[in-house]
Amino acid sequence: MFIVKYIKEVFGAVKSLLVGMKRTGYYFTHHKEIITEQYPDNRETLNLPERFKGEVVMPHDENNEHRCTGCTACELACPNGTIKVITKFDITPEGKKKKAIDKLVYHLELCTMCNLCVVACPSDAIVMAQTFEHSVFDRAELTKILNNPGSKIMEGIE
Amino acid sequence: MWSLAGITGSIQQWLQETFSPTWALILQMVLVGVAVISLFAVLGLVLVMMERKVSAWMQIRLGPNRVGPKGMLQSFADTLKLLVKEGMTPGGADKFLFNLAPFLAIIVAMLLMAPIAFARDFQIWNINIGVLYVSAISSISVISILMAGWASNNKYSLMGAMRSGAQIVSYELSAGLAILSIVVLTGTLDMNEIILSQSDGWWIFKGHIPVIIAFVIFIIAVTAETNRAPFDLAEAESELTAGFHTEYSGMKFALFFLAEYVNVFIVCSIGATLFLGGWMPLHIGNWQGFNHVMDYIPSSVWFMGKTFFLIFLIMWFRWTFPRLRIDQLLNLEWKYLLPIGMFNLLLITVMAILGWHF
Amino acid sequence: MQHLFEEIGTTNEGDIVINVGPQHPATHGVLHLVITLNGETIKKVEPHLGYIHRSIEKMCESLTYRQFIYVTSRMDYLSAHINNHACALCVEKGMQIEVPERAQVIRVLMDELTRIASHELWWGAMAMDLGAFTPFFHAFRERENINDIMEETCGARLTMNYMVPGGVMADIHPNFQRRVKSFIELFRSKFDEYNEMVTGNVIFRNRMKDVGYLSAEDAISFGCTGPTARGSGVSCDIRKIYPYEAYNKVNFEEVLETGGDSLARYMVRLREMQQSISIIEQLIDNIPEGEFQAKTKAVLKLPKGEFYTRVETARGEFGIYIVSEGATTPYRIRFRSPGFSNLSALDHMARGSKLGDLVAMMGTLDLVIPDIDR
Repeated sequence: MFIVKYIKEVFGAVKSLLVGMKRTGYYFTHHKEIITEQYPDNRETLNLPERFKGEVVMPHDENNEHRCTGCTACELACPNGTIKVITKFDITPEGKKKKAIDKLVYHLELCTMCNLCVVACPSDAIVMAQTFEHSVFDRAELTKILNNPGSKIMEGIE
Repeated sequence: MWSLAGITGSIQQWLQETFSPTWALILQMVLVGVAVISLFAVLGLVLVMMERKVSAWMQIRLGPNRVGPKGMLQSFADTLKLLVKEGMTPGGADKFLFNLAPFLAIIVAMLLMAPIAFARDFQIWNINIGVLYVSAISSISVISILMAGWASNNKYSLMGAMRSGAQIVSYELSAGLAILSIVVLTGTLDMNEIILSQSDGWWIFKGHIPVIIAFVIFIIAVTAETNRAPFDLAEAESELTAGFHTEYSGMKFALFFLAEYVNVFIVCSIGATLFLGGWMPLHIGNWQGFNHVMDYIPSSVWFMGKTFFLIFLIMWFRWTFPRLRIDQLLNLEWKYLLPIGMFNLLLITVMAILGWHF
Repeated sequence: MQHLFEEIGTTNEGDIVINVGPQHPATHGVLHLVITLNGETIKKVEPHLGYIHRSIEKMCESLTYRQFIYVTSRMDYLSAHINNHACALCVEKGMQIEVPERAQVIRVLMDELTRIASHELWWGAMAMDLGAFTPFFHAFRERENINDIMEETCGARLTMNYMVPGGVMADIHPNFQRRVKSFIELFRSKFDEYNEMVTGNVIFRNRMKDVGYLSAEDAISFGCTGPTARGSGVSCDIRKIYPYEAYNKVNFEEVLETGGDSLARYMVRLREMQQSISIIEQLIDNIPEGEFQAKTKAVLKLPKGEFYTRVETARGEFGIYIVSEGATTPYRIRFRSPGFSNLSALDHMARGSKLGDLVAMMGTLDLVIPDIDR
């Protein structure tokens, strides 16, 4: 009986090993299963989903206008102080002083891409862009001003 | 059709005409030495490249594919990197042994090249105890591993070297028994005679089931001898961070690395010689027409093809199976491979006496 | 503390003390184990933690209840959704917010997808620790699929931050159902490969059988939860005992094995993957219509008191305990991490076995060190 058990063990072991080898042999011969993406070469055909959280940007339309009112809701919502809103006082055509945004300072090096600022904005001024190549040689380039120079707020947003 | 034996024959003739006999001999030895070293270098490059590509395709990814067309020049880049690395000797290391160990590994590999028949009439040393010579010299490789582990003054290296020493010494027995099976069938230790005896069919076909069992045992034992996975706990990366060659860097590490790959080549070529017929083309009994067609393919191509097939098999093992623990490894040898090997040898002896092979 | 500064060397009985980690190729994170060996047999294992302690609990004391959820993704990054889910549940419990049905089902779907992704990575990493490098890449192929699904709906692949108190941050993408269904098919077809390559392989079985035995009493006394305890026969699945969200509406069984060794824990996780797929299959066609987020006040203030919620992550029971003084930021948050209790059983399991077994044991405990160190 011992001999029978011994031989069965040996055959069972060899069979399990051959089954595993067959699977890797299959992958060795079928090259169309390879799913590697050749990254720097495929930048044109790469399309990231629209919800991908790459960095925060403020979209401007063709008249260089944005939708930000300077309400600082994004600054309050951000967990680690990535956004700083600097406001100034504009003089409206009626002669009254109105608060407007001077600069929206965004520290890309601190951002955790948690999306809380985008969700908190009441006027949909900021969205997440799909860029992911953020490395720079100079750290100062990572502090971005989100609103273009000389741009002003669109009509009718408040 | 030109053949390698013809080239060496004409070189020898030219040397003997031009120089005195002593000088001719010395020049021949120098030429052979240079040829062996360059064969090492080329083999190292080719085998490393092959390993990386084979492993990549099995793991559903591309291998190196940036350096050179299809990544074929990757080995040159690797060699360049290893050459310019700083070779440090650790603080409390035994300097003499530490520096000697990689060289010993390479010397053993070079010595083993001597009796291998690469093509018809193309051997470095046509010794009539070729098989015994190979068995004996391969036992010396243990010393280099133990030296490396001890001289590194590092607990991990020592543990890796101890494990490896036990493993190699045990598996030599099984490999020896498998080799003996063929020796019993052919009745000679001479490599050339063994190959010539396979002119009507390779032993793996002629001696049927017992020789196939011997072949399987041989492949397993030889994978363990060269410290390849699944028996590579001497250099187990996830447990002991490179084991006995942890402390080596630069050229000395390159020598260990090279020695391992050349050892794989050598044992596969021994296996190809004994079981698959060496440089003998595939002949089937008395089918003259078929044999004649097979003879057109040069014998060096046959030899290299068989050896690389066995190398591919050993690489296939590495990338499919996990590692065995040291006690399971020794268990496998002493309780399974050795009894089966001995029983098999008995069967083959009976088979040889009664003539039950083809 | 004296022993921390002892010189590493040989003790009197001829034992050697070696360090495994903190930088180590057996990738589990930065775990420093000080192992006392006698030859090849382990006498004692001492984990030294704290190499990746980031004082998350202290950080949360200065973040509001909407803001602190994202840090928990960075704790156990393989069950990121489940950790976020726990935080959202605790805040909702405190503020008595009612989560709409659609949000509940979406949350459970994301949880189960995360569980499968975590177990896939565990399977690949464990096979790699034992020496087989190929299953790692095969596991990542399936995980890439799940990551792509997450990327489309949540916007990120690892630290998703998709759950908010009241529901989820955005509705699921229109492609979500189609993609999840194709993933279910792919997973079912590839699952046999896992058995072919790893489970049936005689070498794997010998490496895992009778290695690291943990009895049921020991599992309970060390506080192990999750597949570690279920492998020893302790029934502790939070999804069955204290069901939350949509878990009482789906049919699945709690996977228990009685072996107590590494092979049992391995089989528990493999079968859990199958159970998760069946949960996803039951829910994917029946996502109820409705809101994806309940209407809450802009600024959340939990009433004064203490609140505790527990969920079942891929590693075990994750608990979050909030002490609130009525302000907008919590007074104290404490996370009960499953890895910490599971790791404490390692010393007991490892005594008397060989060094090679230690790797198998750490693999089946499924340790993620940032979860242990917070």
